[in-house]
Amino acid sequence: MTVATDDLETLLDHASSGIAFDGLHVDESDDGYRLETPANEWTGLDEDELRRALDAAGEYATNWRYWQERIGGEGTARRAFLRWCERAPLADAETDEATTGPWSESGEGDADAGDAPLAVPERYDALRDGIDREWGQLSITARFVDVDDPDGERVYDLWHVDDADSDIADLEVYDDPRDARDLATYDDDGRYRPLKTAPTLPAGWAFTGLSGADLVETVEFFYPATVANWHRELQGTLDVDHWLETAERQTGIYDVIDELPREAVEWMAEACCADSQCLRRREWQYEEGDELDADGGDGPFPCREPCSLVVAAARKCTTLESETEHTYELELTTSELNQLEELIDAVADGRIDEIREADVYDGANRYRARYLRAKRFDDDGSLEATRVDE
Amino acid sequence: MQALVIAAHGSHLNPDASDPTYAHADTIRETGAFDEVREAFWKEEPHFREVIRTLESDEVFVVPLFISEGYFTEEVIPRELRLEDWDPDKWESDGTSASQATLEAEDVGKTIHYCGPVGTHDAMTDVIVQRAETATEDPDVGEGFGLSVVGHGTDRNENSAKAIEYHSDRIAERDRFDEVKALFMDEEPEVDDVTDYFESEDIVVVPLFIADGYHTQEDIPEDMGLTEDYRLGWDVPAEVDGHRVWYTGAVGTEDLMADVVLERAADAGADIGDAREAVRELAASVADPEPSAGAGAGD
Repeated sequence: MTVATDDLETLLDHASSGIAFDGLHVDESDDGYRLETPANEWTGLDEDELRRALDAAGEYATNWRYWQERIGGEGTARRAFLRWCERAPLADAETDEATTGPWSESGEGDADAGDAPLAVPERYDALRDGIDREWGQLSITARFVDVDDPDGERVYDLWHVDDADSDIADLEVYDDPRDARDLATYDDDGRYRPLKTAPTLPAGWAFTGLSGADLVETVEFFYPATVANWHRELQGTLDVDHWLETAERQTGIYDVIDELPREAVEWMAEACCADSQCLRRREWQYEEGDELDADGGDGPFPCREPCSLVVAAARKCTTLESETEHTYELELTTSELNQLEELIDAVADGRIDEIREADVYDGANRYRARYLRAKRFDDDGSLEATRVDE
Repeated sequence: MQALVIAAHGSHLNPDASDPTYAHADTIRETGAFDEVREAFWKEEPHFREVIRTLESDEVFVVPLFISEGYFTEEVIPRELRLEDWDPDKWESDGTSASQATLEAEDVGKTIHYCGPVGTHDAMTDVIVQRAETATEDPDVGEGFGLSVVGHGTDRNENSAKAIEYHSDRIAERDRFDEVKALFMDEEPEVDDVTDYFESEDIVVVPLFIADGYHTQEDIPEDMGLTEDYRLGWDVPAEVDGHRVWYTGAVGTEDLMADVVLERAADAGADIGDAREAVRELAASVADPEPSAGAGAGD
């Protein structure tokens, strides 16, 4: 690999103040320049010798240029995310152990647990074919722009995980990050998706050849704030606001939600914060030191606070829980009672559309439901039930 | 680096509620005046609560895409953004004169310039007038026309009506329209009786709302008698009690709104270069009559 002249010039500009990045070390002393990579070390070099040595360590040089000059943003979530995309060690400053940075072992729940970070030569090999990562329902590929003669410049492709095996010609291709907003607005049934991390992102599209900045922007439109909170979680600085804290902060029509009984908060978390409903993993609890029993899910993104949907749902739950219970008497056969359970299950699991029209053995079948209504509802359209505790 | 955050309400139920926010944010992105431009919402994502941490800039200008100074701008947004030391008194506003306050967001340690809402900025008056031009497809509209600025109005927030009256008064002072009147949905004088308030045969009705939705596309057209059923749409102009009523919905969708957002940020110290001129040129070019302009909700 040949290192472009301007790459060399930029590198030399920085050499006197010392470079230590991704396994590449360059510094200058009274004895001349020293260049070190994990495989080689050259010492006492003059400028011409350094140029030749850098040519021999070309991958390290172009890698340095890409990250330090093109991407920049040391310490930012954007940079950490892009390094994660190509399985680079995330703590790039820890050059002495460039392949074993403190974040190299993916923690539990990370999008791609278990993938060890790659050192520069392995990464350069892999980037020729493309390195694939999953971020929720997004599949991201990092690759070189020029595969035959890589100059270090990377681009990124993005599509739905369900389209991993699709021919690109069958997908709608985009290159403007803002298009992600429209793609994320409706699900496959044309319903509005107010929760961006709902596992209902439709497939059939692709973004190709994005720059690093555009990739992060696109991901942010699909899954807002996930990069920032993932980065905070990695650094151990994720700030979690628990239920009571969030509930007590509310005002206006949401002022009441801190009155929701603890037991009902459990039910609500079980209802709303499950993997089937959201790709986020609930990190918030009832309050500090008081964990909810409801499973927080295994989603890839940390959820640091009850979201606005949960807050809205909590308002309704609070109203419901403020009502007094009564005892009612109504006539039902055993099968009809079972059918009520099946109906509730089918709606709660979003299974209604799967029930075949003629499958009258399923209690949530439409004809079965209509039969129950015809038989048990009175002229006002209500269940014929009598309150017996008056 | 400087960032702009446009803070809007959004909706869990209606995807169109955020359309104007995205449109104005995109217009400002095109100008390149800010290193980062981000939309943030109360009901959508990114939520107010998480938006600041998605930015790399240390200087952040937050402009609420709301009509009035009140509950959302004085209580909800600053609280959710975690603006340390916020107090509505920092705006020293009489209900229509909020400018900005410089604070710190406690979860990120960034400087936040928290601006007054777009709805009470003086530049909003121009947007209302431009809306009248768009509705009538006449850049010189005024003579022979009455103009009504319509607001929600509510007993719970006196500032809600103030913003409507403020702009009505400013437009009236310009002597461009024969008559100008502030009308409301939920308080007197009511928009239901719009034709009672005007002698002019032609009346332009501009609802001072951020986004089109239930009120601007269902309630108000039916209340004014433009249509029996909003789903059938209405004519622009529509004949009502011997008047011609020109109505096209929420002023917040007007392209010139991006200029108000920029002015708010500039008033708070943002360096926006010649972005305002770029936005005004863009708004002027799209304000040219289009065949579809003036169509009703039934389209």
